[in-house]
This record gives sequence, C-alpha cells and structure tokens, in this order.
Amino acid sequence: MIGDWLDIGPVDQIAPGTARTLPVRGGEEIAVFHTTHGEFFALVNKCPHKHGPLSQGIVHGTVVTCPLHSWNISLKTGEAQGEDKGCVPTIPLRVDAGRIYLLRSAVVGAKAPEPQAA
Amino acid sequence: MNAPTNLNESQVPAQLRERLVVIGNGMAGCRAVEEILARDAGRFDITIFGAEPRVNYNRIMLSPVLAGEKAFDDIVINPMAWYEDNAITLVSGDPVVSIDRATQTVVAKSGRVEPYDRLLIATGSDPFIIPVPGKDLEGVVTFRDLDDVDKMLAAAEAGQQNGGGHAVVIGGGLLGLEAAHGLNLRGMTVTVIHLMPTLMERQLDEAAGWLLKAELERRGQQILTGANTKEIIGKDGKVAGVRLEDGREIPADIVVMAVGIRPATGLAKSAGLEVERGIMVDDHMVTSDPAVLAVGECVQHRGACYGLVAPLWDMCRALADAACGVPSGYEGSVTSTKLKVSGIDLFSAGDFSGGDGAEDIVMRDAARGVYKRVVVKDDRLVGAVLYGDTADGSWYFDLLKKGEDVSSIREALIFGQAFASGGALADPNAAVAALSDDAEICGCNGVTKGKVVDTIKAGACSLDAVRATCKASASCGSCTGLVESLLALTLGDEVQQGARTLCKCTSFGHDDVRRLIREKSLKALPQVFQELHWSTPEGCASCRPALNYYLLCEWPGEYEDDQRSRFVNERMHANIQKDGTYSVVPRMWGGLTNPRELRAIADVVEKFNAPMVKVTGGQRLDIFGIKKEDLPAVWADLNAAGMVSGHAYGKSLRTVKTCVGSEWCRFGTQDSTGLGVKLERMTWGSWMPHKFKIAVSGCPRNCAEATIKDFGVVCVDSGYELHVGGNGGIHVRATDLLCKVSTEQEAMDVCAAFVQLYREQAWYLERTAPWIERVGLEYVKKALLDSEQSVPVLAARFRYSQQFMQDDPWAERAAGKHAELHQHLAEVRPLQLETL
Repeated sequence: MIGDWLDIGPVDQIAPGTARTLPVRGGEEIAVFHTTHGEFFALVNKCPHKHGPLSQGIVHGTVVTCPLHSWNISLKTGEAQGEDKGCVPTIPLRVDAGRIYLLRSAVVGAKAPEPQAA
Repeated sequence: MNAPTNLNESQVPAQLRERLVVIGNGMAGCRAVEEILARDAGRFDITIFGAEPRVNYNRIMLSPVLAGEKAFDDIVINPMAWYEDNAITLVSGDPVVSIDRATQTVVAKSGRVEPYDRLLIATGSDPFIIPVPGKDLEGVVTFRDLDDVDKMLAAAEAGQQNGGGHAVVIGGGLLGLEAAHGLNLRGMTVTVIHLMPTLMERQLDEAAGWLLKAELERRGQQILTGANTKEIIGKDGKVAGVRLEDGREIPADIVVMAVGIRPATGLAKSAGLEVERGIMVDDHMVTSDPAVLAVGECVQHRGACYGLVAPLWDMCRALADAACGVPSGYEGSVTSTKLKVSGIDLFSAGDFSGGDGAEDIVMRDAARGVYKRVVVKDDRLVGAVLYGDTADGSWYFDLLKKGEDVSSIREALIFGQAFASGGALADPNAAVAALSDDAEICGCNGVTKGKVVDTIKAGACSLDAVRATCKASASCGSCTGLVESLLALTLGDEVQQGARTLCKCTSFGHDDVRRLIREKSLKALPQVFQELHWSTPEGCASCRPALNYYLLCEWPGEYEDDQRSRFVNERMHANIQKDGTYSVVPRMWGGLTNPRELRAIADVVEKFNAPMVKVTGGQRLDIFGIKKEDLPAVWADLNAAGMVSGHAYGKSLRTVKTCVGSEWCRFGTQDSTGLGVKLERMTWGSWMPHKFKIAVSGCPRNCAEATIKDFGVVCVDSGYELHVGGNGGIHVRATDLLCKVSTEQEAMDVCAAFVQLYREQAWYLERTAPWIERVGLEYVKKALLDSEQSVPVLAARFRYSQQFMQDDPWAERAAGKHAELHQHLAEVRPLQLETL
C-alpha cells in the first residue's frame, strides 16, 4: 500500500476553503484542495480553458472558480460546470490518520489538456 | 437489551462445542454474542476478555453520565447475571496481549492462555492523542471509558472547592462537545479548542456549525476555532494550561483530548492479519484468517471504518448469521448523527458536500434559529443537515437509506414530512392559496395574506414593489417564497422581475443587503447567510467577495477580513497574469520616485529574473513574471527601500496621477504634485466597491487627465475644481463637476467624503461612473453639499476607517504572515516517486 500512495504531509497544512500546490518535476503541478466541509481533492493545477492556476480560485462547496476567467470547475470530477466544456485530470487522494496521500502513478502520469482557443 | 430466551438450542454436548473467544467486552463484542445466542445458544463455549474491570455498558451514554443525567447503573447493558445465565466466562480487567494463530490460542496480560476454535476481535478504537509536549502530564485525559469520566468528575469536584475550575477540551467534534457540555454543567469554565474553522466539520456544514458555536457561546463556553494546540503546560507534573500556536495561553485544571479515534488494530497486526486503516473483513466479518472474525470500530469493511454505533448492529447481525451457518452478508451502513447536548437539536446524515449534479435546498428561519439543508442528486435524497428543528430527521434518514425517488415531492421536501405528504399541498402555490386572508405572511412586519394580495392588486407587480409598499418580506426575507407564490397566484404571467439581486443565492438586492447588515448588526459571513436566508450553504464566488467588502466597510476595525472570500489578486496582493505568475507594482506617491527606489526596483528585477518592467498608465513601474513563492522576498526588498504596496490589484485606491504643477511648470496654478501626494497618503489602503483612481492637474490643460478619473482635481488660479465619476475604460465617461473649493484642505475633505459616500452606497463591482449614472449627479451633490455637516461627517467616517487600513500588506507577508499562500506543499521529484 505504501508503495502506491505518496504521503504529501499532514491535513492541517491546508486551511479549509483553500488550496495549496505541489510542483512535480518533469510533470504537471498539482493543486490540493481542502473544502470548508473537510474534504480533500487533488487536480492538475490548470484550468481546461486557458490553463489558469485553479489553486488560486475561490472555493465554494466542491467547486473552484478559476481566477483567470471565472470558469467553475468541479473538484470531484475536474469537469467545467454550466455552459463551459472541458475537463482537467483529477488525482486519486486519500486521507489516513491525519495525513494526505496521492496515488503515485497519477501524480507522475497526469497530463493537462491543451488550452482552448478563444 | 438482554438476549431473548432461546428456542432452537443446538443439542451439542458441552465438550464438543466450538470454543469462541471474544477479545473486547464492549458494545460490539457483547452485541455479537447476544446475536449468536439468539440464533443458537448451545453452539459455542464462550469466553469474553475485557480490558476494563467491569461488565458491559453502553459507551455512548457516557456523555449523560458526565452531565449528571444518568448514573453508571443506568447504562449497564448486560449485568453479571447475563454472563452467568448464558455460561459465558468473563475475564475482565485482564486484556489480551497476543494472539498465536498457529496454535489457536490467546495470551492475556496475567499470563492466562485460552485456546479457541473461533476468535472474535472486537477491540474497538483508541482515542487519538496529538503528539504535543505535555501530553503525558497528569490531568490530560481522553473521553473513552468510565475511568475517563471519573477523572473529569474528580477535576470538577476539586474545582468546585476552589471556586470553579478550568477545563480545556481539545477537539470540537461530537465527543469533544459532549465532554465540554458535561463539564460546563458540572460547574467548570470550559474552553473548546478546535483546529478547523467549523465545529463538527465532518457532520455539519459551515452554516450549521456557526449556529452551534453561537449557541454554545451563549451558554458560557469559550469556543476557539481555527486554533492549533502547541503544547500543554505543566506545573509540578500536573497540567496547568494549554498554549496555542499563536501564543495564547488558556489555564486548565484538566485537559480532555477528543480529537478523534483510530481503529485499535495492534493485536491483529502483530498476529499477522491483514490490516489497512482497520482490520480487513469480508461481508461476513471474517478476517484474512477464516478462524478469526472481527467486528465494530476496529474493522475496515469495503474501505469504510465506522465510529458510530448504528453500523455495529448491522455488522453483528451479519456476523451471527454466518457464524451460525446462515450467511446473510453486511453491505455497509449509511450513518446519521445527533448531538447529545440537551436543548440543542442537531441532525446530520449522508453526503452533503454538494458537487456534480447535487442540488441544495436550503431553508432558514432566523427568528426560530432554524437551518435546514437537504441535498438531492439524481432525484434521490443523498444528505441532510438540520439545526434547531430535527423533527423530520428520521423521515429524511429513511428516504435517504431507501433511496426513494423524491421528484414528486421535491418542491415541498424541505418543509418536512407533514407538508410533503399532504397531497395537493405539496404544490407550494396551492398551499398558499389555501391560506385564509387573515393568515400572517410576514411575521417581521405583521402583514396578512389579504394585505399582500390587495397590495399586488393595487399595482405592485414585483417582489420589490411589494416590499416597498406593504413591507412584506422586506426584513428577514424568510417569507419571500410565500410572497412570490402570492404574486404568481394573483398575477399569473404578469409578474415582473424586480431589481437585480446581489447574486443567485439571495432574493435581496445590494442595497437591501447593506441596509440589513447595518440594521441587524450582522458581523460575520455565516451570520449574513443565516439571518438573510441565503439559499446556498456558503454563498458563491459572486456574493462572498461582495459581502466580505460590505462587512469590512460597515464594521471597520471589528470585522475580520475573510481571505477565502477574496479574489486571487487581493488575496495575493499582486496581479495574476495569464501564465499564473504575478506582477508587482510598488506605490510611487503622486508618481514621484528617487534613485533609492529605482535602484531597489532594478535590483529586484535582476535578482528575481523578472522578464519585463513596464511604466504603467498610473505613473508607476510594474514588475512582471514574479512567482507566487518569490513574492514575499520581492516585497521585503522593496520595503527595505521604503516602498509599500501600490494596490494595483485591488478594488481599492489605485493611483493618484499628477502633473508637475506650479513648482516647475510655467502654466501651473497650484502645487498639483504636492496635493496629489497628500491625497494618496490620505486614501491609500482603503477597500472600495471597485478600483478607484484619482488625478490632480495643475491647470486646465489637464495633463494628468483628471477628467477621466473617479475623483479629479483641476487646479485654477482661484482654487480647485473637483470632478467626479470619470472613466477611461470600455465606456469612456468624462467627469461631472461636483464643486469648486478654494483651499487644499477643502479639496482633501471633499475627496474623503466623496470616497466614503461611494464606499457606503455603491454596489460591489460598480465603478463611480455607472454609480453616478444610476443614482444621478444631483443625488451625490445633495448628499455631499446640501448640509454643511455632510462633508465633515463622511470625511470623519472615512478617516476612522483608514486607521485600520493603512498597514502595508506587503510588510505583513514579508514578515511571514499567511506564508501558506505562497509556499508549495512540497516538490515531487522523480527520485522521491521511485523510493518513498
């Protein structure tokens, strides 16, 4: 089990309602979210629209609003909400005994979609 | 709760019975035995080991024992006679220390060896102890068994003799709050320290958590949320207090750790059984060894571990069915929670975290302190949170467990079973139509249905018109739905949409929200959501920043800015660019600079490899391409040269643009540069509905372009012309002349008053130009100039507010505040991926 999951530290390093980032050398930076309800999610830190850093958006419920053009992205699925179309990869995450773990293979393998044309 | 008399006892001779050894004399272990006895009392020869030196009792009733509402005898489930009647050997006060699966024996602490044919592990869970200094001091207890309760009661008694003692409970979850409640009733001064911003965040959303906190505080408990325990302070080996990460110290005669539990898996793990978070079991509660069963809080079933009592009953049934040869299988449990604190009604069940396809239905009744939220997904109820009125809790829980299609009663679901099951009444319009004319619609303003209907018939065709005419739903807004129904019933399709609401979360417009924040003295976001009957649990990306500003503007020095409600630029104090880097603009007062500042900027550009520097339209320098993690270091360097934040990123005062004026220019009439610097010193740092730009031109040639600014000064020989409402953006708008004054001081005072009027009255994200177009120049003139008192009063309010705003946000960040906003969690490198 240890082999498959990457320990990225304690849960209290991310305040509820905020996100923090995890750069991956040679890979895509990951945004790890903590909702006000206490759930954790990890997504590639790039909006499917124009690659805005989702980690910097306002979190409400299980949705983050991208700071660049206000697309709403589901933290659960990575899908753009409403009329907007696009999806950013999510990284399987689990919390155990106060620590956050990401699925190792997804951390290295994550690929951001091409940004969309205007 | 004793097992029923047995009817189908196996006719197995005693010496041939299977030997069942149970580790754990708690709720799960004994319930499993009861279930087995009920099915086949003669099947097993049973021995139960318990760590506690007493018979089996109802652990979840320890809270009422602590609170003095029950005695220990009241919560005993199985007295000694039960063990004797069923020929069970009870070994209490002697915990099992090892399991030998090869020889099928267990060894107890005393050295006693017990052979088994089937082993049942029901070790439950252990309280989680946070690893802080002082955790082993005398007086630090958990809340798990009767011994813990005895220690708390002893502390309360000792406190009473010394005129009241101090208790600190670490952990604001279910268990912690029940401990706090009990200690409070026992006369102790109680402080609850909770790491998260919301109490019981696993069971409650922010809104319900806020109501709970307010109620507990009303009862005299001190609740510290977002508080991190750094250490437990001791004196002579005994606990004396708790120190928080932020330096605060709270005195304590006893500290209760109630931060959570973890499955007690130690025995199983050292016996080589498969263990993840809990002991792995299948649907028949069998572990990786077919001879070993496990049940209760110590197990992990289909990935889930449970810390509540209800799943135990289902697990024990499945276990007994399989052990007695008629396997049925356990499929996991949906759980619900009730807080056992007398006088507080609180219920939660299922998943209410929202998300895709999930739809929230929220009902709030501020007058009764009620908050209800149900979550519907794919026409099924998936979650419910109830505060203040939990009468329908079991009905919702039933709907949730059965997964029934609720689409036919969806409209009325939130009103509860009585309403939703009422056939025709399930249509809210029909329910309103059935009300008599003298039925009260608006409790706040005492308006009856007849009066509302008359108002509508007399020409009030929109919600706003009704509110303005007869006041129905104009105060707390909880009857908005009823008024809307009356509009629909009376007018059909003729109903007119009213003024723009603040966002889709509310039926109130900006002005109403601001008025109600003032009238009802609302000082926190969750309080606004509750009192103004917000239709979403925690607002959205539109209303959160707006409300944060309105609260900040209304209660300067009191309201604590909520970073989570800030747009990225205002949270990061820099401007985000399309590649996710930031640009940094230090303030240059009135557009003036000097060699020291220029050198510092040049050094920053080189040191941080900024790819571009640009002169802005506001007479400053913009440094591009700074990474978020470098921002504090950039600011530290700029601070060292005397520069502060330019707020180029904020809904706030941006720049004061000037020309060189009478000091250098042959046409200059006044010291426009000097006045610009003074205006900027007065107004910098202030948060506004939108960005705000000022300019001062030294003569009517207007080189500083003052007539397309929010506030523009054009100097003339005889004084200063003050212009307002200009904009150089998408819709270019030249300023309107507000007035002419003769001294610098008057110009400054009018500027302060105008800024404050705009701050207090414009809608969030409304620049001065559309605001003035909306309210009219005459209105602004009247508000500022009709009375001699207006300008001084508004200016004084602005200056009062400014004393809380003019701390450089960059200096705070450079000193380490909110470091988490800038630092990565860690960096993942390929090597780490391979080896960790």
